[in-house]
Amino acid sequence: MKRIAALLLSASALLLSGCGYNTLQTQDEQITAGWAEVLNQYQRRADLVPNLVSTVKGFAAQEEKVLTEVTNARARVGQIQVSPEMVNDAAALQRFGQAQGELSGALSRLLVVVENYPQLKSDALFRDLQAQLEGTENRIAVARNRYIQAVQAYNTTVRSFPSNLTAMLFGMAVKPNFTVEDEKAIATPPTVDFGSGD
Amino acid sequence: MRQRNVLRPHRRFASARQALRLLLAVTGLAIAGLARAEVAVPPFARVTDLTATLSATQQAALSRRLAAFEAEKGSQVAVLMVPTTAPESIEQYALRVVEAWQLGRKDVDDGALLLVAKNDRRLRIEVGYGLEGVLPDAIAKRIIAETITPYLRNDDYYGGVHAGIEQMLSVIRGEPLPAPAARTPPTDRAWDGWAVLLIVPLMIGQLLRRLLGALPAGLLMGALATGVVWLVSGTVLLGGFVGVIVFVLVLSGVAGHMGGGRGGYRGGGLGGGGIRGGGGRFGGGGASGGW
Repeated sequence: MKRIAALLLSASALLLSGCGYNTLQTQDEQITAGWAEVLNQYQRRADLVPNLVSTVKGFAAQEEKVLTEVTNARARVGQIQVSPEMVNDAAALQRFGQAQGELSGALSRLLVVVENYPQLKSDALFRDLQAQLEGTENRIAVARNRYIQAVQAYNTTVRSFPSNLTAMLFGMAVKPNFTVEDEKAIATPPTVDFGSGD
Repeated sequence: MRQRNVLRPHRRFASARQALRLLLAVTGLAIAGLARAEVAVPPFARVTDLTATLSATQQAALSRRLAAFEAEKGSQVAVLMVPTTAPESIEQYALRVVEAWQLGRKDVDDGALLLVAKNDRRLRIEVGYGLEGVLPDAIAKRIIAETITPYLRNDDYYGGVHAGIEQMLSVIRGEPLPAPAARTPPTDRAWDGWAVLLIVPLMIGQLLRRLLGALPAGLLMGALATGVVWLVSGTVLLGGFVGVIVFVLVLSGVAGHMGGGRGGYRGGGLGGGGIRGGGGRFGGGGASGGW
């Protein structure tokens, strides 16, 4: 009896690994990990904003418009409920991408304005914050890129034969990815050149 | 005239010249696409200079310094100089390089890369996950802005790279990292053992195959393998599993096609010397700057 059970178990293991079940699970897990990293890096950026705003305020309080814009964008990002399940919801993913894109835009406008304040630019604290912001933007780009690739690999498996049958059986659907529009919104602004100062 | 008729349902060109122009435009696009091909990642070395800026002695000195540091501390730091990273940004190229090289030890992720794109007048310090604490973006930025770029502005590339590396190493030295292994055991040694375990019965099976014929030899070796594995591992299931594999392989005479059996399987490996990325991972940490 025990032997038959073991035999059945090994047979089903062979069957499942042959039809892409394990691949699907692995790739699904990679998406979860990739998404966590994306959220992590965006959070890191959001945490930098208050410090950055208060530092800029110390030197350029008259740039109220840009500063409130950043603060508001930061607040909107904070209002979005993030969850691991978001990766299955195209609309939520788009809202998230849009809010983060708005913050990216506001931050880049702030950094353009900063160019007019040489004293601020040479402030040690501000320079460190700026380096952190640049580094975080780059990490976000990397995390997003890896996430996009993970979703791509998973979706390919879900769609191709014979693993699509397995996916159907276990209710694993194609996942939404970051769209090109907000990709552009996020990829362009951070490349402000801080040039001559360093 | 006939040919025109053939073309008609598809698309008609007003003249041959127009067709030629289209053709030129298409080839032009194709060539432009080729020209935009990404800069290739060079093979791994501690110091790589593709711009022919550093002399051989300077490269050797840097390389020795980095090798000594790796032996002492375990962290793997590399220097790469390229003419340009276009069409990519320096950040994108740097990430591709470190992903290919895998600087730093596996699971410690203590690698770092100093990348200089000479004609772009850009440079970047790329920092592995394990060093992000001791070499955060702000520190990397300061090393670039305050230590390296003053040299580069005077076209003193060796001075800049040397000073930057020294600064990076002294910062990394402050981080408590696991001691470097005397010699990292190659991970595929275990696999070598298994391969031998499989190959020896196959060779014997090949011999028996010639003496007894395919089916008896397969059965005999399969049963033998089952018994041995059962005894060693204590599980019938594993024994049976290996037995079936051996049976099928002997039956089909795979060993006869292996050309002496010792062919390729020793190939890849870690190459013993340890002068290779150790499997460290990167997440885009570090800083860039220009001069």
